[in-house]
Amino acid sequence: MPAAADPVPALRCAGLRRRFRIGRRVVVALDDIDVSVARGGITGLIGADGAGKTTLMRLAAGLLQPDAGRIEVLGIDVAREPLKVQTRVGYMPQHFGLYEDLSVRENLDLYADLQGVLPAQRPARYAELLHMTGLGPFTARMAGRLSGGMKQKLGLACTLLQPPELLLLDEPTVGVDPVSRRELWQIIDHLTRNLDATVLFSTAYLDEAERCDTVLVLHEGRLLASGPPREIAAGMDGRSFRATAALGRRQLQARLAGLPWVVDAVIQGGGVRVVTQAGASPDPATMRPAAADVRFVPVPPRFEDGLVARLRAESGRDAAAPGGMAAGDAGVVASPPGADDDIIVVEHLTRRFGLFAAVDDISFRVRRGEIFGLLGANGAGKSTTFRMLCGLLPPSSGRLRVAGFDLRNAAAPARGRIGYMAQKFSLYGDLSVAQNLRFFASAYRLHGARRTARMAWAIREFDLAAMLEATARDLPLGFKQRLALACALMHEPDILFLDEPTSGVDPLARREFWRRINALAEAGVTVLVTTHFMEEAEYCDRLVIMAQGRVLAAGEPEAIKAAARGANRPDPTMEDAFIAVIEAADKRTLAA
Amino acid sequence: MNPVALRRLRGLLRKEFLQIWRDPSALAIAFLLPAVLLLIFGYGVSLDARNVPLALVTQRPGALAASFTAAFSHSPYFRPRPFLTIQEAERAMRAHEVQGIVWLPSDFARRAQAGGDAPIGVIVNGVDANDARIVEGYVQQVWATWLTARARRRGEAAPTPLSVQPRVRFNPAVSSRDYLVPGLIAVIMTLTGALLTALVIAREWERGTMEALMVTRVTMREILLAKLIPYFLLGMGGMAASVAIAVLLFGVPLAGSWWVLAGASALFMLAALGMGLLISGFARSQFVAGQIALIVTFLPAFLLSGFVFDIGSMPRAVQWITHVVAARYFVAILQSVFLAGNVWPVILPNALALAVIAAIFLGLARTVFRRRLD
Amino acid sequence: MWRQVLALVIKELLAVLRDPKSRMVLIGPPLIQLVVFGYAATFDLNHVPMAVYNQDSSQASRELVAHFAGSPTFRVVAMLRSGRHIDTLIDSRQAQLVLVIDRRFTRDLLTRRPAPVQAIVDGRNSNTALLIEGYANTILTDFALRWGRAHGGPAPPAVLDTRALYNPTLSSRWFIVPGIVALLTQVVTLLVVGLSVARERETGTFDQLLVTPMRPVDILLGKGLPGLLIGVLEASAIIAAAVWWFDVPLRGGLLALYFGLLLFVIAVTGIGLMISSLVSTQQQALLGAFLFMVPSVILSGFATPIANMPAWVQDLTLVNPMRYFLVIVRAVFLEGAGVAALVSQEWPMAAIGAVSLVAATWLFRRRAI
Repeated sequence: MPAAADPVPALRCAGLRRRFRIGRRVVVALDDIDVSVARGGITGLIGADGAGKTTLMRLAAGLLQPDAGRIEVLGIDVAREPLKVQTRVGYMPQHFGLYEDLSVRENLDLYADLQGVLPAQRPARYAELLHMTGLGPFTARMAGRLSGGMKQKLGLACTLLQPPELLLLDEPTVGVDPVSRRELWQIIDHLTRNLDATVLFSTAYLDEAERCDTVLVLHEGRLLASGPPREIAAGMDGRSFRATAALGRRQLQARLAGLPWVVDAVIQGGGVRVVTQAGASPDPATMRPAAADVRFVPVPPRFEDGLVARLRAESGRDAAAPGGMAAGDAGVVASPPGADDDIIVVEHLTRRFGLFAAVDDISFRVRRGEIFGLLGANGAGKSTTFRMLCGLLPPSSGRLRVAGFDLRNAAAPARGRIGYMAQKFSLYGDLSVAQNLRFFASAYRLHGARRTARMAWAIREFDLAAMLEATARDLPLGFKQRLALACALMHEPDILFLDEPTSGVDPLARREFWRRINALAEAGVTVLVTTHFMEEAEYCDRLVIMAQGRVLAAGEPEAIKAAARGANRPDPTMEDAFIAVIEAADKRTLAA
Repeated sequence: MNPVALRRLRGLLRKEFLQIWRDPSALAIAFLLPAVLLLIFGYGVSLDARNVPLALVTQRPGALAASFTAAFSHSPYFRPRPFLTIQEAERAMRAHEVQGIVWLPSDFARRAQAGGDAPIGVIVNGVDANDARIVEGYVQQVWATWLTARARRRGEAAPTPLSVQPRVRFNPAVSSRDYLVPGLIAVIMTLTGALLTALVIAREWERGTMEALMVTRVTMREILLAKLIPYFLLGMGGMAASVAIAVLLFGVPLAGSWWVLAGASALFMLAALGMGLLISGFARSQFVAGQIALIVTFLPAFLLSGFVFDIGSMPRAVQWITHVVAARYFVAILQSVFLAGNVWPVILPNALALAVIAAIFLGLARTVFRRRLD
Repeated sequence: MWRQVLALVIKELLAVLRDPKSRMVLIGPPLIQLVVFGYAATFDLNHVPMAVYNQDSSQASRELVAHFAGSPTFRVVAMLRSGRHIDTLIDSRQAQLVLVIDRRFTRDLLTRRPAPVQAIVDGRNSNTALLIEGYANTILTDFALRWGRAHGGPAPPAVLDTRALYNPTLSSRWFIVPGIVALLTQVVTLLVVGLSVARERETGTFDQLLVTPMRPVDILLGKGLPGLLIGVLEASAIIAAAVWWFDVPLRGGLLALYFGLLLFVIAVTGIGLMISSLVSTQQQALLGAFLFMVPSVILSGFATPIANMPAWVQDLTLVNPMRYFLVIVRAVFLEGAGVAALVSQEWPMAAIGAVSLVAATWLFRRRAI
């Protein structure tokens, strides 16, 4: 990497360390970071929630003081001269730092004043930025009434008013729809390629890493890897395969995941993407039970393969353990799957808030034992649909049945058949792990020996024994996710509702989580899941894509992807398919 | 300030005014909250005992007893109820039907005729000590008036050979509203002043806009000034509204000059806003900021400002604490300016104290606020 | 069903007690308020600064001044030589009372004409002014009677024999401290109950709770009972402090006190649950609690008597549970009242409790599902 040789790198950290005190607890946000980022190009800061991304961004922007070590931006010691740094960098915080009760134009005026853009320069600069972001027609609109993608672009425009030498963007793509995400990337490419800016970009989406020139991978406050993404994936040459077999992708994945020579096995399309141990080649003979017809096709390695391999090495965990819950050992006894047994029926469902239709005349059916996905950006109507299905929100019109009941009018016992895991893993933060388990068991009417047995099951299955007395608030995110799932499964529900179950957790925790979900589905539990991770959509049996309260497409992931296949997109990803669906819908609206 | 800095400040100010205009919560805190509180307190808090239900027990009616009890019927303070036995009167008192008992025993007339000094039993319900004391005072007044009138009628020398001429300066009608309402303004404005700044800055922390401001070229002094100026004007507007309510609705006289009132209010408003700024330096969410503002402003201003409870009668240690309560100085100024006029010996030292407190709070806020998140 | 409610109650109590911040809310502010109210909130006057302008300078007038100087209520800060500074002393608040003894004082006394004495009081604080006037009158009358007797004057036909029932020394503290029991119980109960649902809504656990088989009534019970329990415990602690620390006599029975307390806490819990079911964030809950609490304290008779309020305000106080409990707690503490004697205060609280609980259930059901 040429960074080390660059006399004045964009960012240089040496022995950088930063701790936070939360109550009586001390959290190490960044631990001994040594890194140098050259000027020019895009640097991605990759990591899960709590990895230290935002802390590093804030340290670079001069908003935090390091506890130890040194951080230099454009050759300036940030701790010593924050103001000097701030006049040369642009920084967009999470949530974009906009005043929601000011219009687009007023936000631009404010930041132009604050950044010292002379009035004479403004008309030209505004015109350029408004053109670039496509916000031209909306200058009079209040920032609070813009969509997530438009807010993101306005936030970016505000930081670009005085062209910065280094642009710091803290998670600009979280919760933003794929179309806006793609547009943001076009802007960033334009900035770095044509205007010589340097961009430091933090994200939890691994697929974005491949677009960066350099990536810094943070994991639990430490720098796990740095360099060009291809370099990180380079060691993976000849280790990535696509496996297919007649027995079905989920079964296949379950059998592959436990094998010693497998580092990673995730469902992708109709098959399973497998990453082998260094030096090992696929060995179908070791599979138990055997699958004779399994075929392995080599595929080019991607960044995520390299990252997962490193994380595995780091954590010392193999692909199966813990929670390698085999099908049938899910501890859940559900009715066997039936062919045309629709356990969830949604017909012409609409929910209005005032004049605004958050969910607008949607219909779909979910079969027993299926993993069914609701895919969409923030504000697409996923959560509203979800809350209606769980009986948390009455529909304005339309019909919905869950396991034969309308949960809104159904007696309490009907609710005993569903499990629910809310966004952000809602647990009682002040209670200990054991107290949380006991409370949810009691709330689901378990008591006596039965409750004891189920608690023991949860502690064993989710590997909670070591943390029983810990306060839930203090748990690491992955642990919280496990505990939340344990609580939702206490009463052996037939149907499991998962609302954004993996947002923010690291790739290993996500894999572990999905393996459990797969096992549950194999055991006949119906799973309804919302997500904005496009690749997670691949794990679903069927899914619907939602935007602006409507269902734009429904079906199996492969079918949805196939519909987007075209001359310029021979092998579309889920994201490509998603964008194609949205663009098609926009075209229809325009035509009509 | 150089033109670039001035433009930054102007930009921030414009933003702040736009926000005030579009988000009604600041206007509600500045105008609605003081008005509502002033009305509740103004009507709800009164120490004027009028029409106190009083039991008059006359065990053996006669001319002397009748002349004494008649004196009570003429008093505006009492609503007398006749009783024949002390037992009945005591029962009424236990049932909280009467506040006090004036008891003329059966030998009252005989002993008065015989050598004087006939005892009249006065029993007050002491539970509400303040009320009881005021009722006692009223009874004593009625009795003294009765004695003098009787002596004059009979052409005798007065048995209490003093002619006491009470004179109450500034508030001759001794109306509690006239003194409570000005004090209330101080209590209420402490709360609204601190809430205004504390909440709007906490809102910037919450929404992440403070973070965005901090990385621009704006200095902390400009950020604080841009908060102080609009909310100072808003607070003064609320103050003016409160004074208008006091004068126009509650009819409190304003003896002093408007200029003194405005000047003292300005100093006080700076202290209150400074306290709000200081709070928001520590509290980064509106919820916490609001809670702290309530606890550290409202209660001390209510209890320790001398607005109802006399500071001079508190224990020494508590008296010391009152010196850091800005409202204490403002209450003193307000009560004087409203009822007494421009009394400089009261106004000047208290105004000085307000200025010092304002300077301390604003100075502390300036040091607490850094261009950092930690 | 009761098992679920019990689980929720235990969870609620654990949540309050395990979180250092909410533990502080239960202990810190009440303690501070108890101390501050107990010591600072007093209507008693002592060491009131006064000045004397004695134009007579005789044995009799000096004796009168000595009466004032010897009283614990007054403190003579200045003896004036001329009448010029009287108003200045009052205006600048250096003296709250100026006693002016006329030149003819002794002469008039001896010739049995009413001897003129002027008492000038600072009326800026009308309550203090009234009390000062009362104290001064007592001292003056006492002096006059004594002087008259000593110099062979006529005895007055009748004298007052004043006695205060229940609070013989008329100590403000005996009035204020039992009131704090009501005040703090209301604050703590309202905050615990009013914020608990909002907190769950904010963290998202409320949805989690709603999808369990618990019915809205179960949840409401589970949310209300901890507030009830904490309110009663908090009140007990303050009652103990009132008795053992502030030495306020507890003359009535605990039965009457706790019966009233229970009704009061139920009524406040009902109001807290109503706030809870209307709001969606803790901030709104706090605002709601504040909006209820301020008028409820001011219009309760806590510091100033309800009887002094305008008639329409007095009618408003009828729906304020604190108004009734204040009467009960003071009556039990100082008057030794029993359960039966307080029925007129007990049934309105029971009615308010019933109405607010029903309303809360209705509102809750409407919003919850």
